[in-house]
Amino acid sequence: MSTTSAPMSRPPSLARPADPPRRPAPSRRPTAARWFSDLGWRHLVGVLAVAYAGFPLVYVVSASLADGGTLTGSNDLFASVSGANYVALGGTRFWTWMANTLVVAVATGVGTVLMGAAAAYAFSRFRFSGRRVGLTALLIIQMFPQMLAFVAIFLLLISLGNVVPVLGLDSKLALICVYLGGALGVNTFLMYGFFNTVPREIDEAAKIDGASHAQIYWTIVLRLTAPILAVVGLLSFISTFGEFIIARVLLQSEENWTLAVGLYGWVSSLQEANWGLFAAGAVVSAVPVLALFLFLQKYIVGGLTAGSVKG
Amino acid sequence: MSLPATLGSGRTGWSPGFLVKLALIALVDALGVYAVLAAWGAGSWGILAAMVALLLVANWAYFSKRALPLKYILPGLAFLLVYQVYVVAYTGYVAFTNYGDGHNSTKEQAIEALLVQNERRVEGSPSSPLTVVADGDELGFALGSPDGAMQVGTADQPLEPAPDATVEDGRVTALPGYTVLTYAEVLESQQEVTDLRVPVSDDPTDGSIRTQDARTGYVFTSTLTYDAPSDTMTDTATGVTYTPNDDGQFEAADGSTLPVGWRVLVGLDNFVTAFGDDRYAGPFGKILLWTFAFAVVSVASTFLLGLFLAIAFNDARLRGRRIYRTLVILPYAIPGFLAALLWSGLLNRSYGFVNEVLLGGAQIPWLTDPVLAKLAVLGVNLWLGFPYMFLICTGALQSLPGDVLEAARIDGAGRWRTWRSITLPLLLVATAPLLISSFAFNFNNFTLIYMLTGGGPRFDDASVPLGHTDILISMVYSVSGLDGTAAKDYGLASALSIVIFVVVATISALAFRRTRSLEEIA
Repeated sequence: MSTTSAPMSRPPSLARPADPPRRPAPSRRPTAARWFSDLGWRHLVGVLAVAYAGFPLVYVVSASLADGGTLTGSNDLFASVSGANYVALGGTRFWTWMANTLVVAVATGVGTVLMGAAAAYAFSRFRFSGRRVGLTALLIIQMFPQMLAFVAIFLLLISLGNVVPVLGLDSKLALICVYLGGALGVNTFLMYGFFNTVPREIDEAAKIDGASHAQIYWTIVLRLTAPILAVVGLLSFISTFGEFIIARVLLQSEENWTLAVGLYGWVSSLQEANWGLFAAGAVVSAVPVLALFLFLQKYIVGGLTAGSVKG
Repeated sequence: MSLPATLGSGRTGWSPGFLVKLALIALVDALGVYAVLAAWGAGSWGILAAMVALLLVANWAYFSKRALPLKYILPGLAFLLVYQVYVVAYTGYVAFTNYGDGHNSTKEQAIEALLVQNERRVEGSPSSPLTVVADGDELGFALGSPDGAMQVGTADQPLEPAPDATVEDGRVTALPGYTVLTYAEVLESQQEVTDLRVPVSDDPTDGSIRTQDARTGYVFTSTLTYDAPSDTMTDTATGVTYTPNDDGQFEAADGSTLPVGWRVLVGLDNFVTAFGDDRYAGPFGKILLWTFAFAVVSVASTFLLGLFLAIAFNDARLRGRRIYRTLVILPYAIPGFLAALLWSGLLNRSYGFVNEVLLGGAQIPWLTDPVLAKLAVLGVNLWLGFPYMFLICTGALQSLPGDVLEAARIDGAGRWRTWRSITLPLLLVATAPLLISSFAFNFNNFTLIYMLTGGGPRFDDASVPLGHTDILISMVYSVSGLDGTAAKDYGLASALSIVIFVVVATISALAFRRTRSLEEIA
C-alpha cells in the first residue's frame, strides 16, 4: 500500500534504486553453474525481453528508411537507407496533423493542470459545505470514461455548433473543450492527495504575514506541488496525443485531423502503398512522446503508481 | 496594514491581480454575451439558459467575498458539467429513445421534411421565366413575369419581391446584390441548379420553385398535406390518411409508414434489442464474453510478464540493469495508436514481417482468422502493456519493507517461503487497485481493437457490421453508425454505452473500496 498512498514522496525511481549496497565479493570463486543461477539467467531474460520489446521498433525505423515504401520492401532490415520517406512527408498533410496534435495536446495538458490544481487546492485547503459531497461526486464521475459518451458528445456539438460554430463539430477548440471536460474527474484526486502532503502550516504562516489566498496559491502551493503538476500535465499530454475515438468522431475535414486519425487513415486505406510514409510518420510522431517519457521517467513512474493509466 | 509586506503584488483592492481578474471576467462576459445572443438568434433555448446560468454564477463567484472555494473550482467544474456530466446524462436519455436514421429530429421538423420530400410539379401550374443568380456562393432563382412582378429567393430565403431588377422580355437580366450566372457557369453547376429548391413562402405547404432547364421555373407543391387539428398526413394523390404511431412515424391503416419519423421515448426497447433481438443478441453475447476475456487475460498476462521481468532485474549485482530497464519500457513510451497500427502491418498475412521473416514465409492469417485474430490482439496487448506492469512491480518490489524480509530470514524462511508468504501478498496489496484500473482501461481499449483488426473478421451470421474481435466499445461505435458503414442508431448505441457504464462502475466501485481514496475524504 505504501506505493499507492505516498507515491511522490519517494518515487520508485529507476535511476535511484533502493537496493542494499553491493555485497562484498564472495570468498569462494563462483562456478559457472552458480553464476548462472544467480545472475546469468537474469541476463538471458534481459536479452530476450529487450529483443521482444525492441524488434518492432527497430523494424519501424528500418521501414522508415527503406526507399521502397511498401510493406514487402520493408522486411529486409536496413537493406537500403534513404530519407526519401521523410522528405515525402512534406507532400502530405502530415505536418498539419502534427501541428494540430501538438496544439490540442499542449492546450489540454496546460488547461488540465490549471483547472485540476485549482480544484485540488480548494478541496485541500478550504472547508466549505458541499466539500465532502463534491469529492464523492468526483470519485463517482471519474468512473465513467468520457469516451463512452461519444455519441452524446457528437450530438451536443451539433447543437452547440448551430449557435457558436467554433464550438461545434470539426473544430479543434471544441475538441480541446471536450478533453478539458474530463480534466477534473481524472486528475483532481491525484493532485488532492499530493496537496494534502504539503503542510498547512506553510500557508498559515504566509496568511499571517498578509498574503491573500491567491498569493498563497500562485506563489507557494503551486511551487511546492510542481512535481505532481508535471506528472498530470505530461500524462494528460500523452493521453491526448494518442486519443482516437473522440477525435475521429468530431474532426471531419482532413486539415483538422490529429495524428491518430490521419495515420489511421493512411494504414487503413492502401496499406501497401503508404507503409513507408506511415513508418516515417510514426517515427517522427513518436519522438516527442518518447523524449518526454525518457527525460521525465522518474516523475511519470511516480504518477503511474498513484493510479494513472496511459492511453 | 499601513505598510503591507506585499506591496505591489497584493490581490486586494485595485491591485494588479484584481485588474487581471477584472480583464479576464470582462473577456468571459463578452464571449458569454455573444453566445447568449447567438443562442437567442438560433432559438436554442437550452443553450441560452445554460449560458445565462454559467455567466451569472461566474460573476457572482469572482466578485462575491463569500464564494472563495468556488473561485478555484468553477473553471474545471463548468467544463465538467457541460462535457462530462451533461453528456453522460444525455447518453442516458438517448438510450431510451429511438434517435437515429429515420428518427433524427422533432415532429415539426419531420413533418416539414416529409412535405418537402414529396413535392411534385403541379399539373398545369404556372411557369415563369427564370434566371439563375448567385448571392456570394449561394445560388438562387430570380423570376420574371409578364406583369412585371419580379421575385428572387434562395434555398434559405423564400421568394421576395425584387422591384429593382432589370427585365428584358419578361426575364430578369440584372439584379442589384446578386450576380447573374452566365450560361457556361450554369452548365458548370448543373447538378446544383436542378437540385435547388426555393420556397415560395415560409409555409412549406405553399410549395417551392424548381427548374430543370435553368430557364423556366415551375411551382412544386407537396402531394402530402398535414392537418394540424387532427394531427394526420394525407396523400392527395392516393387519398391515404396517415396517423402518428408510438414509434414516431406516420402510419397508414394498412401498416405502411412514411419514411421520415421523429424521435420518441421507446422505453427499454433498445435494451431489449441488445439482449433479445435476433440480429443483435447473438453477437452481443459473444462480444460481451470476449470483452471480459480480453480484459482479464490482458491484465493477467501483462502482470505476470511484468512481474517476472521485475524480479529478474531486481538484483543489485546485475550489470547493465539500467540499460535493460530503459529498453524494456520502450513500448510503453510509444503512443498506443502507433503501436497498434505498426503491429497491423507486422502481422499482415502476405507481406508482414512476422510471417515473412520470423516464420520463414508462412501464410498465417493472423488478423483474419477468428481464433488467431483474438490471439493476435492479446499478443499485441501483451507487448503494449507489460512495461507498465514491469514499472509498477519494480516500484512495489523496491518499496517492500526491508525489516520484514530480514525478520523472515532470521526466522529461517527460505527463498520460496519468503516469496510466497511475504513478498507476493505485499505486492498484491500494492498493485491490486492498479490492476483493477488497468482492467477498466482494457475493457474500453477501443484504439487497439479498431486499429489492429477493426473488430474483424466479421461474424458470418450477422447482418450488422460486427466481428469476432469487437469489444463492447467498438460495438457501440459500429452501431452508432458514425463511421458511415451502417445506419445510424444513436439510441441502441447509447443503451450499449449504459451497459458498459454499469460494468465498469461495478468494477471501479470494488476497486475504490480497496483503496484509501474514500478514507482520504474524511
